[in-house]
Amino acid sequence: MNFVKYAVYRFGTMLLTLVVVSALVFFIINLPPGDYLSNQIAELRATGQAEGVAKAEFLRQEYALDRPLWEQYLIWVGFAPGPNGFSGMIQGDFGWSFEFDRPVAVIVGDALWLTVLVNLAAVLFVYVVALPLGVLAAAKSETWVDYTAGFLGYLGLATPNFLLALILFYYGHKYFNLPIGGLMDPSFEGQPMSAGKVQSILLHLIVPTFVIGTSGAAAMMQRLRANMLDELSKPYVETARAKGLAPARLLAKYPLRMAFNPFVADIGNLLPAMVSGSVLVSVVLGLQTIGPYLLAALKSQDQFLAGFVLMFVALLTLIGTMVSDMLLVLLDPRIRYGNRET
Amino acid sequence: MTPLLEIDTLTIGFGAAPPVVDGVSFSVMPGKTLALVGESGSGKTLTCRSVLRILPEAAQLRSGSVHFAGTAAPVNLLGLSEREMRRIRGDRISMIFQEPMRSLSPLHRLGNQVAEVLRLHRDMGRAEAKRTVLEKFERVGFADPERAWRSYPFEMSGGMRQRAMIAMAMVAKPELLIADEPTTALDVTTQAQVLGLINTLRSETGMAVILVTHDLGVVANMADDVVVMNKGRVVESGSAAEVLSAPAHGYTAKLFAAAPMIPEVAKPSRALPHDDVILDLKNVTKTFTMRAGGWRKPTLVTACRDVNLQVSRGKTLAVVGESGSGKTTCARVALGAERPDPGGEVLFYADTGDAPLPVHGMSAAERSRFQRQAQMVFQDPYSSLSPRMRVQDALTEPMEIHGIGTRADRRDKAAEMLRWVGLNPDMMARFPHAFSGGQRQRLSIARALTLDPKLLICDEPTSALDVSVQDQILNLLEEIRDRAALSYLFISHDLAVVARIADEVAVMRAGVIVEQAPPRTLFYNPQHPYTKALIAAQPEPDINRPIDLELVARGAGAPTGWPEMFRFDGITAPMLREIEPGHLVRCHA
Repeated sequence: MNFVKYAVYRFGTMLLTLVVVSALVFFIINLPPGDYLSNQIAELRATGQAEGVAKAEFLRQEYALDRPLWEQYLIWVGFAPGPNGFSGMIQGDFGWSFEFDRPVAVIVGDALWLTVLVNLAAVLFVYVVALPLGVLAAAKSETWVDYTAGFLGYLGLATPNFLLALILFYYGHKYFNLPIGGLMDPSFEGQPMSAGKVQSILLHLIVPTFVIGTSGAAAMMQRLRANMLDELSKPYVETARAKGLAPARLLAKYPLRMAFNPFVADIGNLLPAMVSGSVLVSVVLGLQTIGPYLLAALKSQDQFLAGFVLMFVALLTLIGTMVSDMLLVLLDPRIRYGNRET
Repeated sequence: MTPLLEIDTLTIGFGAAPPVVDGVSFSVMPGKTLALVGESGSGKTLTCRSVLRILPEAAQLRSGSVHFAGTAAPVNLLGLSEREMRRIRGDRISMIFQEPMRSLSPLHRLGNQVAEVLRLHRDMGRAEAKRTVLEKFERVGFADPERAWRSYPFEMSGGMRQRAMIAMAMVAKPELLIADEPTTALDVTTQAQVLGLINTLRSETGMAVILVTHDLGVVANMADDVVVMNKGRVVESGSAAEVLSAPAHGYTAKLFAAAPMIPEVAKPSRALPHDDVILDLKNVTKTFTMRAGGWRKPTLVTACRDVNLQVSRGKTLAVVGESGSGKTTCARVALGAERPDPGGEVLFYADTGDAPLPVHGMSAAERSRFQRQAQMVFQDPYSSLSPRMRVQDALTEPMEIHGIGTRADRRDKAAEMLRWVGLNPDMMARFPHAFSGGQRQRLSIARALTLDPKLLICDEPTSALDVSVQDQILNLLEEIRDRAALSYLFISHDLAVVARIADEVAVMRAGVIVEQAPPRTLFYNPQHPYTKALIAAQPEPDINRPIDLELVARGAGAPTGWPEMFRFDGITAPMLREIEPGHLVRCHA
């Protein structure tokens, strides 16, 4: 019961945070003077293209860019009616991309799900790699296992992602015939889902997952190792040994459970780090994620597109922290009962 | 009769260094308790851990054997494979540890942790295992075994956790129980009860016990045989009666002399006059608000209630109580670190006849002067000195802060203070890690003295130290008090420590003072059941004076369960009344 209450409370704070983030995002994007359309109008005037000016003026009114900033914000989020009634993000209208001259929803549509897919794969990769390596390194600390894991970890941390990407592409293609670039075979683009498309996407995912996840996995592994080493010297481990517990079971049941907390708490941080870290990788690898769009939108002050992408990343982050908070409550009774009178 | 366990010329070392356990031999008889006595660094803990072979990884077993007979065929435990050893651990030989707070996993329910022993060693169904564990829980004193089964360790007090540890160690009915300082981290009344429990369980099950301790009082109450260790070697062994009545080795005799004792008192002393007071706590109540986070309502916790205490100039006032009694809060309020609830105040009289200075309403200049005149000595000498500061810097820093003297003056003062506390001024360039626990506590005292304070607040200054070192530090504190005309507010949980240094003792329980008198009066004529319990629970190194568990149980229980005359009604306590000059007791008229 308490858990449900906590979940509701946590969800409420998440929504509030999201509102605050939206305000920050909007005002920061609008900090530089001017906007995409007024820049364009100025340019068109200079070159004397009158009909283009008319279209731009129309868009300015259509998207309320002629109104004060705070009104623009309310209309954008959907708190206040715009020229065409309520049509903000809350209502599902993400606005118009001036740069690409298409609705934002159409542009990012596919990219959104591919972004989630790529990053979830990378997070999964981080955990799957870091967990066994970290535990092993701690359990066999100061032996060759530990040193090897540590060396690989630092190598992963120190190698620039795009370099890793190029190397992997070359050798992946040479020896395993892995595809280069993109997230699916070009022939599947714009096609409905099919078994062939899924297979193609999975095949294309291998290298990006590895590239985006490596440094995260290396950092996570080092953290887990340090946490485990701390826990291994605690008296309750000795108690468990004195009970006659075998080493492997002991490790899994006691210190690993304890070292798991920071591991879980990191989910929230991992997501945004990956999304922003993967922008450059996506450009290099030619992945159809929202990364490249974000880059383009920010450069040209395409405010609705940029705003939407940033809000999407913020949402991922907040969902990540919420999930990790809830997991912590489930995992650790001290947090669950922490404030209860004993 | 063949011994159950026979340790023969056991030698353990680390790396290339000389052995830390050197040729130790002794044997444990079935059904008997053997006490392994020694101070920190004596090798007693390593010795007992080598029986279960749960030594630190770097430790090397260099030679010797540990023969375990018991019900099965005799084996040399040191020669067994790791797998065979695991079958013995927790089943035929089990162990309980010093810190019940940290020796249980905080993430698993007690039932799970205790039943694990049965799952490992017995072919038992879930239901049967649970039934066995619940029986054990009931046997070790849990009023509601079902609830204990579901509880997490952090929901329980230290005493209850240690009971759970004992249940865990006993659930497989071992032939040998190793208890490594099982009561050192507990309050004295809880200690008495836990020791009583171990004794009863031993006589019920016929198991043997190795009790590792530094406390001769505990030995006298528990042991049949005694092995005294010093610096890795056995210096004396024999039956408890022999060793305790006539210690043959000089080291044992030294331990005896240092053991704090509550003295036999022939007549009470006169009331301590309160005409020249240096510190005056008036109606101090301190309530803390516990924020519960999120949507829950914050709760109020009263740490101490209506405390009136006066520290006489040049004298020592001791505040005694168990953990959670409010004694440390009192000290913090007295120093100005916490503000008392409205209505309470603390007055400081720097010199005889001075106008009172309210500790919680001072100007910045007054506060700075007060901080020079009232200094503090902390409990843990290991964490109260910065490991990155040389002794000289640690000692001169207070003077620097207050802008006293030149660099050379400060250095001279630091050197002088080092001499006062019995250390050599040559040590000034060293870092704290080069010093032992006792030496570090001397350093902390020296640091407190550099500002020429008038009042010293000592918060359990000896409870982290070995007995013989504790004795030295108490001597030092007494000597310095008389030499520099200091006044002490001395916080302790140990009545026997307080017995020698205090001029007046206030006993606290549940946030209030329950009895207050000069120590001799208190020991001659204790009135309050809790004071009586504290005195009774103090283990005496005399085999003919066992702890009276009944007396302990009567006074150490909840204040709502005390005899009619002293009983609390909920949290409403009776008044503190003066039953004879200088002797206050909280009781109904």
